[in-house]
Amino acid sequence: MHEIVLVEIDGKPVAVQAGSTVASALLAAGIPARRSISGEARAPLCGMGVCYECRVEINGIPQKRGCMVLCHASMKVRTQ
Amino acid sequence: MVGAGPAGIAAAVSAAECGRSVALLDENSAPGGQIWRGFEVGQHVDHKKGKGSRLPQEWFVRLRLSSVEVIRNCRVFGGGTPDQLLTEVDGQAAEFYGRSIVLATGARERFLPFPGWTLPNVLGAGGLQALVQGCLPIAGKRVVVAGSGPLLLAVAAHLTAQKAKVSMIMEQAATQRVTTFGAALALHPGKLAHAILYRWQTRGIPYRTSAWPLRVNGEEKLESVTYLHAGRQHTIACDYLACGFHLVPNNELASLLGCEIAADTGAVRIDDSQRTTVPHVYCAGETAGIGGLELALIEGQIAGFAAAGFPDRTQSLKAEHARQRRFAVRLEAAFAIRPEIRSIAEAETIVCRCEDVRRKQLEGHTSWRAAKLLTRCGMGACQGRICGAACRFLFNWNPDSQRLPVQPVSIAALMGLSKNPMQAGTIPPAEV
Repeated sequence: MHEIVLVEIDGKPVAVQAGSTVASALLAAGIPARRSISGEARAPLCGMGVCYECRVEINGIPQKRGCMVLCHASMKVRTQ
Repeated sequence: MVGAGPAGIAAAVSAAECGRSVALLDENSAPGGQIWRGFEVGQHVDHKKGKGSRLPQEWFVRLRLSSVEVIRNCRVFGGGTPDQLLTEVDGQAAEFYGRSIVLATGARERFLPFPGWTLPNVLGAGGLQALVQGCLPIAGKRVVVAGSGPLLLAVAAHLTAQKAKVSMIMEQAATQRVTTFGAALALHPGKLAHAILYRWQTRGIPYRTSAWPLRVNGEEKLESVTYLHAGRQHTIACDYLACGFHLVPNNELASLLGCEIAADTGAVRIDDSQRTTVPHVYCAGETAGIGGLELALIEGQIAGFAAAGFPDRTQSLKAEHARQRRFAVRLEAAFAIRPEIRSIAEAETIVCRCEDVRRKQLEGHTSWRAAKLLTRCGMGACQGRICGAACRFLFNWNPDSQRLPVQPVSIAALMGLSKNPMQAGTIPPAEV
């Protein structure tokens, strides 16, 4: 069994495997990271910090790339 | 040294072993780059048992034993004076000064637009692999791997080992090109062994050549992909489409520092000692042309020795360098993107994902700059890193010269710099 970490995504608790990136957590939960300027749901694309499709607010700091940040217990993620 | 992938690690270790003081700057929380991602913390999954996994281990040990200072979470967003790099480390400004600079910023996947490619669960091939390495649960998920290049087979093997159900690998290149490339691997026994192992691990999964996705079907996320193979359309249901059309060099920082870039490939121009057209700036690895791991390691060592002022030490590497360069040429020829793929993006297809610019808005413009000014294509958060390569392929547009900052940076970090970087060019260069 993997160790589980609880994070908060848009106010809801989500259980993720320890070592997950925020981008992986969002994709696994089926939660789009952001809405594009014409309203499309967007999710991670490049996985390596280039495309900025997984950018979210993390612990109050906006525009963080979810693929570059590991989930920590009680981390607060807001989709954009 | 910028970029702690194989080339950057090799460059840093080589220069440090020459007695130089070396800082190795990397944007990620751990060194390794994309190919050795997670190796340091033991997450690296290497299915190339035996010799394959010894290679990164050797380099990580050499790095640990060296005097190289690894600066993590360090985003290089520009240069000021010629010996200076401007960075943001954990939200704070940090300036680094070096007599020589080695750029090993790697490559990214080339993404080409087609209807539905913006839907969630459509990722790059390396992109999905990276997410799985970031603990995305993949066991039992149906995956189609598509695009072009040797990465597809490696990704399919990795995902299969993680118990994903990879239902197909689609390579756009024609059978004959792939076969010729495969035959030439006999000249590179190590690479041939990997290819055979990957194919063994993916046995039973159809590997279709001359096949590419035409559209992704689904409303809020991907449900199936319609593809073309041998002139006929087919549709296959899946949970993920992992699609990347080979690689393009991350040349933005090099371009900002004034290094000349080859217009056709996007590779930074270098001489025999990895020196760019800017005398104290060197470049190694995929940024200097897509050529794979072995070439990156050799170029890194050459760049490290040359930057340290010991060009003689590169002599013993020259023969292997030339051999690996020939491989790079074969690679480029084999996986060149066929022109038919230009037509898979339809008029309504989004090309620039940041600004939601559609193909029909871009048609008729004469240059990247004109398109940018009139449509905002390439002006979003990724600064054209995704749509730039697509527009180069679709319309033959070359990117503009780069401007500071080449990465999004917080105002707080800009304010923390010792001098206004916009005026930095007017400061006389330091003694280098």
